[in-house]
Amino acid sequence: MLKLTLNGQKVALDVDPNMPLLYALRDIQQLTGTKFGCGAGLCGACTVHLDGESIRSCITPISVVEGKAVTTIEGLGVASDELHPVQQAWLENSVPQCGYCQAGQMMSAAALLAKNTNPSDEEINNHMQGNICRCGTYPRIKKAIKQAGVMIQDVNQAKPATGKKGVQA
Amino acid sequence: MSPLIEQPATKSLLAETALTEQLSTAPSATTDGANATTDHIAPDIKKVTRRSLLQALGLSGAGLVLFSPLHAMAQSPASHNQIAQSSSADQDFDLGVFVSIAKNDEVRIVNHRAEMGQGIMTSVPQIIADELGASWPKVTVVQAQGDPKYGSQATGGSASIRQHFNDHRQMGAIARTMLEQAAASVWQVSVSDVSTKNHQVIHRKTQKALSFGELAELAAQLPVPDKGAVALKDPKDFTLIGRDVKLAGQEAIIKGEAVYAQDIQLPNMLIASIERPPVVGAKVKSFNADATKKVKGVIAVIPLKDRPLPVNVKPVSGVAVLATNTWAAHEGRKQLTVEWDTSNARVNQNAQHHTEQYLKELVEKVNHKGRRVRTEGNTDSHVYNEANTVEATYTIPYHHHMSMETPSATAVVKDNVCTVWTGTQNPQWAKKLIAEELGIDPQAVTVNMTLMGGAFGRKGKNDFTVEAVELAKAVGRPVKVVWTREDDVKHGFYHSISANYCKAEINKDRADHWVQRVAYPPIGAIFDLNAKSPSNSALSLGFADIPFELEHLSCETQDVETHVRVGWFRAVANINNAFALGSFVDELAVKAKVPTHTMWLNLLGKDRIINPAKEGFKEWDNYGHKKQEYALDSRRMKKIIQLLMKQSKADSPTAKNEGWGMSYAHSFNSYVAAATKVRVVDDKLTVLEMHTAIDCGVAVTPDRVKSQMEGAMIMGLSTALMSEITVKDGVVEQSNFHDYPSARINQCPSLFVHILDSDAAPGGVGEPGFPPILPSITNAIFHASGKRIRNLPVNKVLSV
Ligand code: FES
Ligand code: FES
Repeated sequence: MLKLTLNGQKVALDVDPNMPLLYALRDIQQLTGTKFGCGAGLCGACTVHLDGESIRSCITPISVVEGKAVTTIEGLGVASDELHPVQQAWLENSVPQCGYCQAGQMMSAAALLAKNTNPSDEEINNHMQGNICRCGTYPRIKKAIKQAGVMIQDVNQAKPATGKKGVQA
Repeated sequence: MSPLIEQPATKSLLAETALTEQLSTAPSATTDGANATTDHIAPDIKKVTRRSLLQALGLSGAGLVLFSPLHAMAQSPASHNQIAQSSSADQDFDLGVFVSIAKNDEVRIVNHRAEMGQGIMTSVPQIIADELGASWPKVTVVQAQGDPKYGSQATGGSASIRQHFNDHRQMGAIARTMLEQAAASVWQVSVSDVSTKNHQVIHRKTQKALSFGELAELAAQLPVPDKGAVALKDPKDFTLIGRDVKLAGQEAIIKGEAVYAQDIQLPNMLIASIERPPVVGAKVKSFNADATKKVKGVIAVIPLKDRPLPVNVKPVSGVAVLATNTWAAHEGRKQLTVEWDTSNARVNQNAQHHTEQYLKELVEKVNHKGRRVRTEGNTDSHVYNEANTVEATYTIPYHHHMSMETPSATAVVKDNVCTVWTGTQNPQWAKKLIAEELGIDPQAVTVNMTLMGGAFGRKGKNDFTVEAVELAKAVGRPVKVVWTREDDVKHGFYHSISANYCKAEINKDRADHWVQRVAYPPIGAIFDLNAKSPSNSALSLGFADIPFELEHLSCETQDVETHVRVGWFRAVANINNAFALGSFVDELAVKAKVPTHTMWLNLLGKDRIINPAKEGFKEWDNYGHKKQEYALDSRRMKKIIQLLMKQSKADSPTAKNEGWGMSYAHSFNSYVAAATKVRVVDDKLTVLEMHTAIDCGVAVTPDRVKSQMEGAMIMGLSTALMSEITVKDGVVEQSNFHDYPSARINQCPSLFVHILDSDAAPGGVGEPGFPPILPSITNAIFHASGKRIRNLPVNKVLSV
């Protein structure tokens, strides 16, 4: 049994330790928000967070995530009925076309903004170039990332006195 | 409540009166070109008797809905299971069709077309809701299944709105008329004294109002008016059409809840990974699955049946590994060894297909006289003045759709009844193919349409859907077929490799004595081994419908053999034709020393309606439209070029090593001009800025027109700059994003979209943005660097 924390819940999985995390999420945990696009670390459709960092789940054996915390698009929102600022900005800019790449795009964007709420164009390009969108939503992704960054800054500023953390990716 | 894809309808929401659209459409399997997927069927609207329906529903006295709704498309994995279990029961209620109105005011509108990112599940209901007078937040969008009763569902050819706009408006207008009649009878006033606004019918004099929900039951008892007898709105009164409404389905996508074909999960389901023949037409000679069967999770290894040539849109045979999870299926397949039989003479020819050699042959062919498809005047006897003549040959390699979601379908076959969930652009064709495959009645086949993670024409073919059906029947369990990316790239239906030749002589600031030729493997060849040249509808895709005012013109084609599966790809032959024409006009402009847009305007000539059928191309097929409102209009062409130039300022001077390129193309009844600005330094290309201006007539959902133009520019970048499919010994050489690259965010320049404000009949949107992009890029490269690129992709010459 492999144990990990998945979207805040402890889970134990009885799977081959070599199985890539992507298939464990989709087939075993039935969390189908994370997508298959290439199976080779080339497209970013399968991006999830491992202890807050974005990783490609299609090339990450499940054994690597043992004992760690994995977050998928289904767990990105702060609370279950609240959208993450990245999701809100994505919605406001009507970013998705077919939408298939967008879970990966948003997971990558959230990981970027967790470290840097005011990324430059170049920083966005560097961080996001592993995520392909064949439909061509890049201009909106750039805009939405900047907007989400401002939203996160606002939330963080509104809450400094409580000592609580603001929005986390 | 906002429009969103609904959970399965419950009985209490079902209908009492039906509005049915009927047709007899199965896509023509032998038609080449875009029109194969754009059947235009006028709806035959009729009513199903209230009593029979109420009885069927067990709803006697409680049915409050105007028109019959349908199954909703399931949106969570759990509800797919529910649908699977309840599908036979639901069929009893599945009577009809586009609009239903419930007592609580909820309006359900069916989207019958396939959603692949173009936004059609917003636009179709948006048109109906506008004519109905509905309030958008009270509209719920329901995704249809594949069923002939909806009229054409073949979602291709940018046809959803351009072919059905009036049908959709009539649907809404009929429902509105019935509500108005009901209200008039309640108030005992004339129907002409009432109007509909914002989900209410209002008596204008007294300002009395009744909501849709209050009127639904009464309206349902009225006869359905004839579609010709209902008044359509004056376009200036549109409340939703032409406005950006909240888009259907976006929330589910951003939460990761949207269901694509690969997301289907059924109890007891197996996942299939299929090893397919590397050469088109090859058969399985033998295979060894000993090691495969040792992989944990592998349940069965099944050879698929042999499929003779022509390939059609059917599976290509192979050996399937079925396992309890996707990874086991793929791992098992890695252990499989298969020996292929290519002894059939045709297959053997396919096994010798070599793109490098083949392209040379195409170039050779178009540099010789071919079969004339359009002639005006006489180009034969003309003696060309060499100093004023431009002659050029342009080539494009095979291209692959590369939709982010690889093909996938899930099938359940039991007791001669089949249910599939598939990401298809053509669900009725799937239904027909499945019925043929199983030898059962199409009525026994249910085709559930999932969202598609991109399609671009690829998913109009249902080979993957039939694979799932074949395997589900063989193994007696639900089967989901999932293509790896390598499968997708190596077994595509490619956009044809092509050569276009152009020759013309400059005469002052325009040109004449125009000869153009084209050669490429025609799509018809996948259905008919004897098809060797483009069909007339394919020739109407920006080739023999050339819009210039010329006295002497010859358009010619050449016959070629086909050795891979070719198919419809976003804009089809417009891609190579617009690349050639757009490049050539630029070359003429350079020679004549006039700006490129000026050369376009000069060649287009005087204001006129262009009718190629009367100018030497009798077989002209205007994207299936005979109507005057879709006539080719040179004024609209010139106007969109002028709008582009004004908005982009593409004629302004640039810095050293920088340059602008522009081009124009008409396709799918829309007019598009594009401009690109680039920098070329030390053979390194940077694309700085791109503009697209479109006249698509009425833009129903402007934001989705914009997003399609943005997407077309990005796809144009990928296609022009860096991607190509090559074949050696009949085998596709590429396999994934590393060798068939797609533009990434760091390669994305600033993009600008200019939509012409128009009340003309709506044209296509999904495809027309794409064709003019390619020449706008290569022309810009020329103006920045002096390098003329006639053979794509650009990265053979410049680093990109
Ligand atoms: S599916 Fe993992 S990077 Fe493409
Ligand atoms: S939205 Fe379709 S691939 Fe990105």
